[in-house]
Amino acid sequence: MSTRNFHALRGLLNDVGAVDQVGIDERVAKFATRSIKKNAKVFGLKLAVTMVDLTTLEGKDTPGKIASLCQKALRPHDATDIPPTAAVCVYPSMVKHAAKHLRGTPVKIASVAAAFPSSQTPLRTRIAEVRAAVADGADEIDMVINRGAFLAGELQLVQDEISAVLEACGDRTLKVILETSELETYDNIRAASFLAMRVLRPGDFIKTSTGKTSANATPGNNQVMLEAIRDHFLATGIEIAMKPAGGIRTAKQALHFLVAVKETLGDAWLTNTRYRFGASALLNDLVRQLVKEKTGAYQAPYTFSESSSAY
Amino acid sequence: MLKITKTPKCYVGGSFIRSESGRVAPIKDASGAFFANIPLCTRKDLRNAVEAAAKAGPGWATRNAYNRGQVLYRLAEMLEARAAEMSDAISLSGISKKDANREVRASIERVVHYAGWTDKFQALLGSVNPVASSHFNFTVTEPMGIIGVVAPDEKPLLGLLSLVLPAITGGNTAVALASGTQPYPSILLGEMLATSDLPRGVVNLLTGRRDELIPTFATHAHLRGLAAVGNLDERKALQIGASDSVKRLKLIPSETPTDWFAENAQGLYEIRDHLEAKTTWHPIGA
Repeated sequence: MSTRNFHALRGLLNDVGAVDQVGIDERVAKFATRSIKKNAKVFGLKLAVTMVDLTTLEGKDTPGKIASLCQKALRPHDATDIPPTAAVCVYPSMVKHAAKHLRGTPVKIASVAAAFPSSQTPLRTRIAEVRAAVADGADEIDMVINRGAFLAGELQLVQDEISAVLEACGDRTLKVILETSELETYDNIRAASFLAMRVLRPGDFIKTSTGKTSANATPGNNQVMLEAIRDHFLATGIEIAMKPAGGIRTAKQALHFLVAVKETLGDAWLTNTRYRFGASALLNDLVRQLVKEKTGAYQAPYTFSESSSAY
Repeated sequence: MLKITKTPKCYVGGSFIRSESGRVAPIKDASGAFFANIPLCTRKDLRNAVEAAAKAGPGWATRNAYNRGQVLYRLAEMLEARAAEMSDAISLSGISKKDANREVRASIERVVHYAGWTDKFQALLGSVNPVASSHFNFTVTEPMGIIGVVAPDEKPLLGLLSLVLPAITGGNTAVALASGTQPYPSILLGEMLATSDLPRGVVNLLTGRRDELIPTFATHAHLRGLAAVGNLDERKALQIGASDSVKRLKLIPSETPTDWFAENAQGLYEIRDHLEAKTTWHPIGA
């Protein structure tokens, strides 16, 4: 790292303040101890359903698979009291297929773009990808930041690239993926959050992960970013939204994340315009727990998934 | 000499757990003196045990039959090695040492009996079926999934094993509620299961109150079958609860004593109770 870049990074870290790692870990451990039962649990589970960005990001995605994903997002279960999800999240080439099913519905189309998940292509290629996704009908763009540049201290470059993608998005919502597992420390996560938030518009998102690395959204990373959003809001009045993604598979995890939101940012963020879950399997477990609450009987997971296994 | 007292724990998912509720109930030895605190498991513990059994299921079901037999035989070896300790645990209830020894012997033999069945029942329960078209038509057996077991109060080892063994022999996994009046032998059995080669989660043993857990055994949709010993009210509760999730029930009345030592308390048909038949049509010449 050049001296200039070192000072840039050092300056940003000093500016946004350090994170008390032990404090954060203690704090998030407490969130798991809240007792959420009966009506509060049903409320939380339904809220979490409305916050899901139902995601499929696989090389083997087909238009048929996207079609069934869209149907599932619109109506997660036979029971009509279970609401639709916030969005589906797909690769750019699948946006036009999703649009066929979701145009005119409350479910939005989110598309990862800008060389997901590595961000390691020329900027003009990434911009072109974003424009193509928007043209095909994406309502929301999930971009990844250039971690290599961030870690090398090229902060201006990182921020300029976010601005360039933001411009390509037009009036569509932008979600900026920090890929927390590659940023190494809570301090870096907080710094990267501010770096992104300073160019984002109200209602744009910062997002933890791509789901393509070994470590994904953790309660700790989520908390660091929520506190960054809070501090940014208190300083500027700009309301940035948050999306943890990857590794959130159970309803219980989702409720713990919602506790963190409520106790850090308050009720104003308990809505799907301000908070999302990027997940594929989570919806199954949320619906499973909602049916359990309704019937009183523990449910088998295979009733709510594509699995054909008896286990 | 300092007396080291033991904290009995339940064997779930290959680990030794206390109840999530933290509740325990004291059990006494034959002289009426305090012996130990036994966990009082709750429906959440049952739910967790079912999750553990679900995790173990695919691996156990796809092991080859010969290997399942070897694993079960290893369990018999573990029981044999600690037979005296198990006999002491059974005679806590006050029955004679001779009767306790007899129950341990019969239990070991029962394990060996089922160890022998693992690679034989498919041949006897499956079939090649004559059909009137040019198809090769055959029926094979498959495990049902997770089986719930509610063990009898009496014969705390032999009764429990007689219900659990046929289920796991067929490739199912089991979640069992041990004897309510004499739970300690099931705690010891858990320790022996842990040192046998049985994969974690294939057998999960809970202790607790029947009246608290039977409703959850009945309604838990992930349990595909139940083998239960119970009185009229318990059997009725199980039947009503199981109807929603369409479980297969094997109910044994507790009013009339069951001879667990009997030859017909074990065998092929006990295994068949926890199997599904799958019939396949295969065109000839294709």
